[in-house]
Amino acid sequence: MKQHHYDLLVVGAGPAGLAAAHAGARRGARVGLVDAQPRAGGQVWRHDLRFGVPAMARTQIEGLEAAGIALLAGHEVTLADPHRLLAVHAHGAVALHWRKLVIATGARELLLPFPGWTLPGVTGAGGLQALAKQGLPVAGKRVVVAGTGPLLLAAAATLKRHGATLVGIHEQASTAQLHGFARQLWRWPGKLAQAVALRAGLAPVPWHRQSTVVAAHGDQRLQGVDIVTAGGPRTRVACDLLAVGWGLVPNVELARLLGCELDTSCTHPVVRVDLQLRSSHSDIHVAGESLGIGGRDCARIEGAMAACFALGDVRGGEALRHRREHERAYAALLARTFQPGEQARTLADPDTLVCRCEDVPMADVHAHPDPRQLRLVTRCGMGACQGRICGAALRELRLTSPSTSPTAVRPPLTPVSLAALADASFDPYEPGKP
Amino acid sequence: MSRVVLSVDGLRVEVEEGATVAAAIAQVRSSFRRSPGGEPRAPLCGMGLCFECRVRIDAIEQLRACMVVARPGMRVETQR
Repeated sequence: MKQHHYDLLVVGAGPAGLAAAHAGARRGARVGLVDAQPRAGGQVWRHDLRFGVPAMARTQIEGLEAAGIALLAGHEVTLADPHRLLAVHAHGAVALHWRKLVIATGARELLLPFPGWTLPGVTGAGGLQALAKQGLPVAGKRVVVAGTGPLLLAAAATLKRHGATLVGIHEQASTAQLHGFARQLWRWPGKLAQAVALRAGLAPVPWHRQSTVVAAHGDQRLQGVDIVTAGGPRTRVACDLLAVGWGLVPNVELARLLGCELDTSCTHPVVRVDLQLRSSHSDIHVAGESLGIGGRDCARIEGAMAACFALGDVRGGEALRHRREHERAYAALLARTFQPGEQARTLADPDTLVCRCEDVPMADVHAHPDPRQLRLVTRCGMGACQGRICGAALRELRLTSPSTSPTAVRPPLTPVSLAALADASFDPYEPGKP
Repeated sequence: MSRVVLSVDGLRVEVEEGATVAAAIAQVRSSFRRSPGGEPRAPLCGMGLCFECRVRIDAIEQLRACMVVARPGMRVETQR
């Protein structure tokens, strides 16, 4: 198996990881940047086949080679032992040795169960955006966008560019909440401009507030959705695709596998770090969404900060602190405004599947309040996604708490072929200990 | 933009270069796989986490269609 050695290894090539890699390279470190996706950019800068990526992202991605940064795209980190990660790719596996590690594994979408959500044609909001960018045909398709948060508008804009017919955008937040949010936005002029431009670009699309998709219908695939707006009657709307997302959840699995402590005081666990973004493992720094959802600009600043502190450039890291705090204040405003409400958390019927991998219905979840018993009896959370979808949903639905739910991660982080494992001299049952 | 030709369940499918296998499948199939209970399933998260899009590609099982870039001559099989 190939062995690579780095002074600074960055996991995740989104805004945080790219910033960390560049900051590390500028300080003379030998830097590796690894990402499971086929191209760098992460989710927010995911390459769009037709429209490319924003200029800011292009500069960072195209500049990797000139900066001497080794990009390992299409490499998924699945195992870890002290100072070494195993990354699996299409043709085998490589071992990545590091002195300092920056975890920039970003976030995933929060997807909540509701009747019909397993039908083909129902996707996440960011999910459909990502699929469309990578060529999934949406032109001429009737799309309903729903859930909550700024991602709905961003997803709708991408889908529109790709020729989708947007039936409507259904934002759960009320007009009063959105006005309260907008009144605060002057403190972040860049984001205000972005919001105004996004909204203007979507002007002809009906934008409903206090509106929730409560069920999806169809025979073998999605044909329509039921919507409730402002406590009014259920209305059926015909559509081909539903893009529904309830916000973002930090990806903390790798940090957890490496033995980094988590902060479980919030609904979804985040990695605990000190003021220098150092985790409980002194050689591992963390940046971006894994510290709590902060968005692209926050991730970029934290990525650079994490690399500075990791490499001992305390002044360089400290110089960014003020900007980080400004971005984290925006993140707090976002979190206050866009949260799944009571209605969103009670959509599932007893028959609604919660664990999609193992087909476990909500009735079974209620029947087994102890998470361990639930797993043992029903296999809830033990399928291929390893609880990434249903685990977050159950936490959001307050059916498990971060302190009792299985935040413990067992290797491998994702299903891996026996051939790749055989090639590696890793013991898959011995997780990395600091 | 150049095109890539591959097969999905024996059907000829053409996608833009750089498109994923998921994009190719979606042209001809609404369901990618079956759940343990036999339900049709298709991509959900679009980023390689939910595993709802997993299919067989060139005789290798359990590959996530949303993470694999379509290559000329690939043979993709969904779970019918």
